[in-house]
Amino acid sequence: MARAADGNYLLSCGSDKSLKLWSVSRGTLLKTYSGHGYEVLDADGSYDNGQICSCSSDKTVILWDVATGQVARKLRGHAGKVNCVQFNEEGTVILSGSIDGTVRCWDTRSRRFEAIQVLDEATDGVSSLKVAQHELLTGSVDGRVRRYDLRMGQLHVDFISSPITCVCFSQDGQCTLSSSLDSAVRLLDKSTGEMLGEYTGHKMKGYKLDCCLSSKDTHVLSCSEDGHVYCWDLVEGSLTLKLPVGKAVVQSLSFHPTETCLLTAMEGRVQVWGAEPEETDEVVLAT
Amino acid sequence: MASDSDGDEDFVSYGTPLEPLEEDEPRKKPVPLHEQTVKDEKGRFQRFHGAFTGGFSAGYYNTVGSKEGWAPATFVSSRQQKAEKQLARPEDFMDDEDLGEHGIAPAQITTSQEFSSSRRDEAREKARAVNAQAALIPGDTLLEELIAPARSSIGVELLRKMGWKEGQGVGPRVKRKARRQQTGVGARVYSSTMPPAGSEDSEDDDDDDFAPEDVTFAPKDVTPVDFSPRSGVRGLGYRGLDPGMALLGRAAPEHIDLFKPQSETRSRLFGAAQRGSRRGGGVAGQAFGVGALEDEDEDVYHKDSMSRYDTELGGEEPGDGLYGWTAPQQYTKRRDKSKDASYLGKILEGFTLTQRAGEEKTIFPPPTLPRDYRPVHRFHLTSVSVSRLSGVSPALAEALRTSRGHMVKEDPQQGGRHQLDSGQRRALLGEDVLQGPSSVMELLKPEDRDRLLNLRNSSNATDSRHATSSGGSTAGSTAGTMAGSMAENAARSSAVSLAVTSAVAMARSMAGSMAGSSSVSSALSGAASSSGLHQQQQEALASWRGVQSSTQSFKPFEKNPSKQARYELYLDHLRQGDRDAVEQSLDSGMTEWERSREREEFVRASILYRPSSSSLTARFTSAKHDEDDGDTVEVSRDQEGDVDDKQAAVKMKMFGKLTRETFEWHPDKLLCKRFNVPDPFPGSGLVGMPKVKRDKFSVFNFLTVTESRETTAPPKPPETGKRSRWDISDQKKKIKEEEEGDASLPACSSSEQQTADGTKSVDQKSSDKKSNGDEEEEEDEEESRPPMDLFKAIFASSSDEKSSSSEGESEEEEKTKEDEGKVEPQALNLFNISSSVTSSSTSVTVSTCANQQTVKAPVSSRTSSQEEFGPKLPPPSAALGECSTSRPPPSEERPDNKRSREKKHKNKKQHKHKKDKKKKKHKKHKHKAKQQKKSKTEASDSSEDEEDGHVSTEELLKRLKSVQSRETW
Repeated sequence: MARAADGNYLLSCGSDKSLKLWSVSRGTLLKTYSGHGYEVLDADGSYDNGQICSCSSDKTVILWDVATGQVARKLRGHAGKVNCVQFNEEGTVILSGSIDGTVRCWDTRSRRFEAIQVLDEATDGVSSLKVAQHELLTGSVDGRVRRYDLRMGQLHVDFISSPITCVCFSQDGQCTLSSSLDSAVRLLDKSTGEMLGEYTGHKMKGYKLDCCLSSKDTHVLSCSEDGHVYCWDLVEGSLTLKLPVGKAVVQSLSFHPTETCLLTAMEGRVQVWGAEPEETDEVVLAT
Repeated sequence: MASDSDGDEDFVSYGTPLEPLEEDEPRKKPVPLHEQTVKDEKGRFQRFHGAFTGGFSAGYYNTVGSKEGWAPATFVSSRQQKAEKQLARPEDFMDDEDLGEHGIAPAQITTSQEFSSSRRDEAREKARAVNAQAALIPGDTLLEELIAPARSSIGVELLRKMGWKEGQGVGPRVKRKARRQQTGVGARVYSSTMPPAGSEDSEDDDDDDFAPEDVTFAPKDVTPVDFSPRSGVRGLGYRGLDPGMALLGRAAPEHIDLFKPQSETRSRLFGAAQRGSRRGGGVAGQAFGVGALEDEDEDVYHKDSMSRYDTELGGEEPGDGLYGWTAPQQYTKRRDKSKDASYLGKILEGFTLTQRAGEEKTIFPPPTLPRDYRPVHRFHLTSVSVSRLSGVSPALAEALRTSRGHMVKEDPQQGGRHQLDSGQRRALLGEDVLQGPSSVMELLKPEDRDRLLNLRNSSNATDSRHATSSGGSTAGSTAGTMAGSMAENAARSSAVSLAVTSAVAMARSMAGSMAGSSSVSSALSGAASSSGLHQQQQEALASWRGVQSSTQSFKPFEKNPSKQARYELYLDHLRQGDRDAVEQSLDSGMTEWERSREREEFVRASILYRPSSSSLTARFTSAKHDEDDGDTVEVSRDQEGDVDDKQAAVKMKMFGKLTRETFEWHPDKLLCKRFNVPDPFPGSGLVGMPKVKRDKFSVFNFLTVTESRETTAPPKPPETGKRSRWDISDQKKKIKEEEEGDASLPACSSSEQQTADGTKSVDQKSSDKKSNGDEEEEEDEEESRPPMDLFKAIFASSSDEKSSSSEGESEEEEKTKEDEGKVEPQALNLFNISSSVTSSSTSVTVSTCANQQTVKAPVSSRTSSQEEFGPKLPPPSAALGECSTSRPPPSEERPDNKRSREKKHKNKKQHKHKKDKKKKKHKKHKHKAKQQKKSKTEASDSSEDEEDGHVSTEELLKRLKSVQSRETW
């Protein structure tokens, strides 16, 4: 399970209850953050790389200080496993989505221990969550993609019917990408909810696998349960690349924000895929 | 008129009168502000300059001279006037402005403040003289001394009348010795008392020796501190040119005492002994440097240190001159006594030993107890009153009785008036009965009261027993009175409620005849043996009385119908409040022993199974409903619409208007702040989705559930112009078919539809009803099919992963399940919920469109069951086939041994689960016989929808036809 905090560092979290910070370029382990009681499910870094938030199936969200590795805050309140966690753009709010069907907004500025707001519109677990500027995108197992617009004070619900595994904003902020358990990745127009593209061919039936867009919004990438990463052309909808990563399920992937550089996670291994030469840096988790 | 002219003379006119207005003259322009000037009598402008610059202007526009400039006076020969003008006075150089009221030398005669005060105060004069020495020009107060006002203040006059003389202090007259001490200390502090230096001191010394005892002296006068205001801008402690210093070369005093400045100078002034001068003269001061002639220059710059200042006001206790009468007593007189006690050790400063020794505390030893003393006290009430009565003569008692009847008791047995209760006293006084509840007991509930009284009576009984046993030995008269009080007691309690019968009877018997002690004791022993049972009886009675007979009462003697009947009879009696319910209900035909045993049993049973109304209701408060909360429930105002339309739209990939819903949503204010976004709804305290109150049991709250069943054909979604290329790709034909299928299968994937609206229980109930109705209307299968919630509820695979584990019966399985739960990666767990739902729905084969695996033979069903339990293996794709089972699950950090174990468990579980499914199938077989087929076809439809045509269209058509031939849509 990997996520690039920014282009240079990557965070990996796993069932060893710890969180690891790696340098992408050198492939070295920089720091280990331990303090969770169960497996760590998601993590995110703040924009200034000063803080990390992580969530775990111990129902807590932890805010870490990157430099010291100490727990800055432990946020309790979810009734179940916390699936996803995300900073807002300024790092002032942590948003966490849980299996209990709520998204909780935590304030990092004050010492308040309760959430600012609890978004309990989802009728099933919240599997994925993304923040862009003033918008909050959540994907839920009830098969709906919800977009909370703070500026307009509106909630847009898009019905996908199949449990959502991952949601993404496109880089230009006009579209949303959502992958669901019916083995399809759909690109929806943000404002109207119309489908702009559907990408199929991969296999996603039981796992919460990630999808993402490339840095230039040219390609759609998705993990697959058959050990490949599928890469589609965004406009054409045609499969352009089927990247064999390994035999097991590719669990997570993340695209470099500026360069053509891809991170994949599979079975305790995070791999960095470069573009030009067919080389793969490999970072082996020592767990 | 004469009066007018007189008035004119009297008036004083101020200012210039207005010019009389002339009729035909044009109106004058108002004079602008800058031209409104004030002129003095000479025509010069008088402009106000402000307080600090001298007030009105002087000269010609603040210059010397006139308009023509400064003109020197013309020379006037003074040859002739030489003799006349010898001395020029200051007034010669003053003009009449200076001599005016506000000038520097007013010519008018006024009384100034300085001369109005009493200048005859010599002490003040002295102080001023002292102060004048410190001034730059010594002796400038000389003039003031010369001029003396004629009058003195009233205070001085009064003091004089009281015998005060000038030069004396104020206060009581003192002995010579004390005075000398005072002066000594005073001289130390203020070395300014006017001393005829040698003389008085020596006189004092002389006086000390032969001062007569009875001669008193006036206290020494005190020189008040002259608090002259600071003038100039120099700081505290600054001394300008010290005249003494400058002239005599005296060194500056080492200690700057703010409250006795220039004390040295003063003492010098008053002729104190001069100290040896260090320097031979020269000018020195802080304002001056070191002269060229001086050899010492360490003092050039004044070095100050805080040690030279006093840090507290009056830090040195004067201890001298009583400032009037209110001065505190001096403790210095007693110093000698403290010296005596110095052997005790150091005494704290300010403390002295007391003169009088404190009173000694005498501690008395406690009295020795007599050998046969027992620490128990019994009050012999009546004996006291009797003795008291016997103390007075009968005549006196009679007199008392007649005069103050309430003082002496009519009935000597009742004891003193303090033994009377308020009611008796009221009766004696002849007062009216107070309204309202007379006792706390009346405020209690009847059953509680009864129980309390029972408790009290039983304790009374034991008390009385105790009393009688001991009282048997006492005199007969006391026994009689006691019996009387007891009788009254018992009577009172029985009047309020039922009393313990035996106790009452005993008391009555005692009151009535004062039976022999043997009979009493026998009765007592009987009562003691049965008192426990009686108590229980009372308890049972208290708990059962008034309870409505209920059909659901517990039947403890079910095996013995006659006994049960007797028991119920007993309960009936109890309910009616019958006191001897047991005796009445028992069978008279039984032996005594049997009866007594049954009595005990009944009582015990009745207590054991007493209705909750008495024992529990007291402890629980009934739930309170607000009026508005009674039958309404908060429901989100905007409910997401029904799923079917959307489902259909999704099937057709018609994302957009059909699948998009927009609600009003209120973000928290703080959240907006943190996101740097203005609050979209400023002023609304609402957070989240707006809610409205609806009827709790309104059908409309759960409308979506029923709708999903009843919707026959969703409106055909309009063709949107913006269809993406996937919609119009090569699958067009298929889509058409799907449209047909979808139209006929509105609720096919209701498995995805969670219990969004109602509570689960309600759903279940409603679905229960529906399932009941199913059997009747099997024809219309589509309508009679129970919703998914029913199956979810039954098979407990609702929304928790634990519920899936509950399907496994054995604990062991659960344990392993939990173990796995810990180890397995999150990605697997997350979707267990939904997959378990689908799999369970597969097991009952109801409308699992989403679950395409049902179509695919047993292999896929096994995979579905795999999904249900624990960590999912990567689902086997068609390509991977069998190897998928052996492939380790994608948890990153699972140890190998666990994998194998897990597999074992999984197999087991699969087995078990299949069994479960079989059971369920069996259970539901009735309803499902036909539905199975249909749902299969549905499933095939949906699977085809979602899997992009693994099933060929031909097959689909075939199935569709077969379905349609059988069913009416």
